Amino acid sequence: MPEKTSPEASRSTVAVAAGGAAELTEATVKKADQNKPRSLGQDAWRELRRSPLFWISSVLLLLFIVMAIAPGVFTDADPRQADLRGHYLSPPNWSHLFQADWFGYNQQGQSVYARTVHGARASIIVGICVTVAVTVFGGLVGMLAGYFGGWLDTLLSRITDIFFGIPLLLGGLVTLQAFTHRTVWTVVLGLTLFGWMQIARVMRGAVITQKEADFVTAARALGAGTGRILFRHILPNALGPVIVVATIALGGYISTEATLSYLGIGLQDPVISWGVDISDAQKNLRDAPHTLLVPATFLSLTVLAFILLGDAVRDALDPKLR
Amino acid sequence: MGRFVARRLLQMIPVFIGTTLLIFLMVYSLPGDPIKALFGSKAADPATVERLRHEYGLDKPLLQQYWNYLTGLLQGDFGKSFTGRPVADLMKDAFPVTIRLALLAFGIEVVVGVALGLLTGLKRGKLIDQIVLILTLIVVSIPVFVIGFLTQFTLGMKWKMITPTVQDSMDIGQLAVPATVLAALSLAYVTRLTRTTIGENLRADYMRTAIAKGLPKRRVVGVHLLRNSLIPVVTFLGTDLGVLMGGAIVTEGIFNVQGVGNTLFRAIQTSEGPTVVGIVSVLVIVYLVSSLVVDLLYAVLDPRIRYA
Amino acid sequence: MTTTTEKTGRVPEPRAGDASGTPLLEVRDLHVEFHTRDGVAKAVNGVNYSVNAGETLAVLGESGSGKSVTAQAIMGILDMPPGKIPQGEILFKGQDMLKMSAEERRKIRGSKIAMIFQDALSSLNPVLSVGYQLGEMFRVHQGLSKKDAKAKAVELMDRVRIPAAKQRVGDYPHQFSGGMRQRIMIAMALALEPDLIIADEPTTALDVTVQAQVMDLLAELQREFNMGLILITHDLGVVADVADKIAVMYAGRIVETAPVKELYARPAHPYTRGLLDSIPRLDQKGQELYAIKGLPPNLLRIPAGCAFNPRCPRAEDLCRTESPALHAVTERDGTALPGRGSACHFWKETIHG
Repeated sequence: MPEKTSPEASRSTVAVAAGGAAELTEATVKKADQNKPRSLGQDAWRELRRSPLFWISSVLLLLFIVMAIAPGVFTDADPRQADLRGHYLSPPNWSHLFQADWFGYNQQGQSVYARTVHGARASIIVGICVTVAVTVFGGLVGMLAGYFGGWLDTLLSRITDIFFGIPLLLGGLVTLQAFTHRTVWTVVLGLTLFGWMQIARVMRGAVITQKEADFVTAARALGAGTGRILFRHILPNALGPVIVVATIALGGYISTEATLSYLGIGLQDPVISWGVDISDAQKNLRDAPHTLLVPATFLSLTVLAFILLGDAVRDALDPKLR
Repeated sequence: MGRFVARRLLQMIPVFIGTTLLIFLMVYSLPGDPIKALFGSKAADPATVERLRHEYGLDKPLLQQYWNYLTGLLQGDFGKSFTGRPVADLMKDAFPVTIRLALLAFGIEVVVGVALGLLTGLKRGKLIDQIVLILTLIVVSIPVFVIGFLTQFTLGMKWKMITPTVQDSMDIGQLAVPATVLAALSLAYVTRLTRTTIGENLRADYMRTAIAKGLPKRRVVGVHLLRNSLIPVVTFLGTDLGVLMGGAIVTEGIFNVQGVGNTLFRAIQTSEGPTVVGIVSVLVIVYLVSSLVVDLLYAVLDPRIRYA
Repeated sequence: MTTTTEKTGRVPEPRAGDASGTPLLEVRDLHVEFHTRDGVAKAVNGVNYSVNAGETLAVLGESGSGKSVTAQAIMGILDMPPGKIPQGEILFKGQDMLKMSAEERRKIRGSKIAMIFQDALSSLNPVLSVGYQLGEMFRVHQGLSKKDAKAKAVELMDRVRIPAAKQRVGDYPHQFSGGMRQRIMIAMALALEPDLIIADEPTTALDVTVQAQVMDLLAELQREFNMGLILITHDLGVVADVADKIAVMYAGRIVETAPVKELYARPAHPYTRGLLDSIPRLDQKGQELYAIKGLPPNLLRIPAGCAFNPRCPRAEDLCRTESPALHAVTERDGTALPGRGSACHFWKETIHG
């Protein structure tokens, strides 16, 4: 690769301009400001802004989050109101945008559109809550193991290994089977219990790398305490890979929740869940494919949006791949 | 090398005990009474319940139950399911099916995944790269059960190319479609991972050297690029075989394949403790062995890694 | 940027290559640019130089001066895209390599023109044994069997004086010391006894003591095989003993060429003078060390006129508007100085003033 296109090259010219700033007119100072050396965060943001995937995923996510918080914005139809006689498996009316019959009716005569809009809440809550819980818990485990090392690392790493032996879906199934009454929070618990290990490993690796970095040695030499080193110096630098993994995993949690609900061991009535609706719709797949395809599309788009976001953030944070 | 393997095997023991204990505790200590469940909605005769509890050792303290289970396991005894059938028997029927399914899926994943990854890695930014990349994203985003339905619906019901469900679970031909569905997610990951490592290694200095040596493109890519790029892919693939076996619950359910996933799911639904613990124990062993194999492979493929 | 016509394009050669008078390698008016998102980076802007058999040309310059890019263009290992060669010729034994097919060029690479890279650790494939990587040259270019290729590899390792070559032929690059690794790189370049070797900062990554050994080895082998050598470096110290002539590059152009001794004695370009003045010398102990002020130009925005003008102590208005051609340098009385050229409007003042 050519040496000259490296960021150093462009930075150095700017440094020259900044060096003689005293003599420069205000106009030139402003000009120099525009391309002064960028921090990693600014660089990542610059990179993100250019990425069409980032914008697509952001718009999608915004849409789904609004749907989760205020479904009324999208529909006033009642997702639970069933009219078997009038609407049993009625086909969609594609021209009736945002109306109750836009996507037709399901086997109970309920509006597919209304149910799908209201189903966003459970998926989004499960996804976000599991991710937060997993990041906090897994992050803590990984940080302790990575920073302190020794027997604590051995112990925590073995425990991580033990939980890794049980796949997320299997662990979720066994945990949730024990509850006869399951809510969103039961599902969050089940997924968190078997979902934290990946974050712990990523965090441990990142902390070990950062621990040996020169700036940490320098901070220690300057007399910074453990807490300060850990939270001010190591954590901010180790957070990048964790955020990326967590964002991508979020989509996975939503997908797993839907799978559990589909298997009948996840969310239950009265919670409206895409997974349950898809499961109910499979019997009518031949006559009324819309009852399955609509919630499946919404589910997939939500998962996709989070994966895209994670991808975009990773690409922005990783200058190597540019 | 020998010492490394021995140490790793020793390290596996606590993990194995830990994982089986974890699943054991979860199955037996969580609320719900499996013996009562046996009777369904009928009122159970308390004396019979007590007798059955004693027979299955459920009246003993949990840790002692686990100890009994573990000692039995070491002698190859997986215990008896609540229906009276030995768990080992159940597994003898189920595992050959799932191993076939998983191996088939694994083959598809390796061949198609690496080929697509190589193609996209070399044509980075071109149209074909973008198309494959979008396809992998779609596959990753659609949950397996939806992919399963759609495949079953289109191929099985609409176009009648396959029977919607598998009739003979040992027939490779019939397993091909379920195996593809099972492989889909990992296939997408392998493609993306290969693409990334190819892209990274393409920029490596030694690639420049290989070209400067006047090697033909075939050799530059086939020997120098691929050899380095596949190291992380192989490690992913190694652990994935176990994941495929354990992850077949959904796929086997949709296509009615009589394998481990189906057996396990039914056992979970009916709180069949001994069967759940038995199958999970075997899956854990598969997982542990495959991660050991990955470590060894890693050291074989990358001479910079030394057995420590 | 102002456009200029370089009337005095090439500088007469000090000695002819072979009977026909064609130099081994001749670069004519080579331009290389990189199309990046921030714009077009003009890495090489009309470079001319030539090398004869048995001759050593040192190409000197800071990083970003285009010296490595020129070498990569000669080898045909530029990343294209983003790289592009909009104009120029690279004549190898009189034939323009830029017009050759990819296959023809591949056959020249490694067997006729070979390259030694700066960082041997990253330039050698980490997962293949050095024996395999050396033997590959013979297997690919000469069709040798695996076994014969390995024997040749041992021979090569002996030749570059790697101890216990026979035992170490199966070792991997990371198992060798830095100096030994660079010897392996040299062995690889020498394998097929090429006509020309391009060494891109071959000793920069090494310890000072090892640097000398490696340079001596390279010079010795060059004499033995009567090869042409292009030595790319930013280190004036390395050049003095080995090179026959020097081309100094700045911002993708050659700013001065001269036989090595003359350049040290009487630089004809302010940039060269600055480089020489910034070498620490024992007899100036206690004085402040000279440094060229400022930094190399951004190749996306090369200054108008002479690219060196913002840093040049001698710069005048002319320098800011008109790009100087490579003038033939003469004695004060007009006597030609063969092989000398300077791209400075004020070369007379610089060399004689």
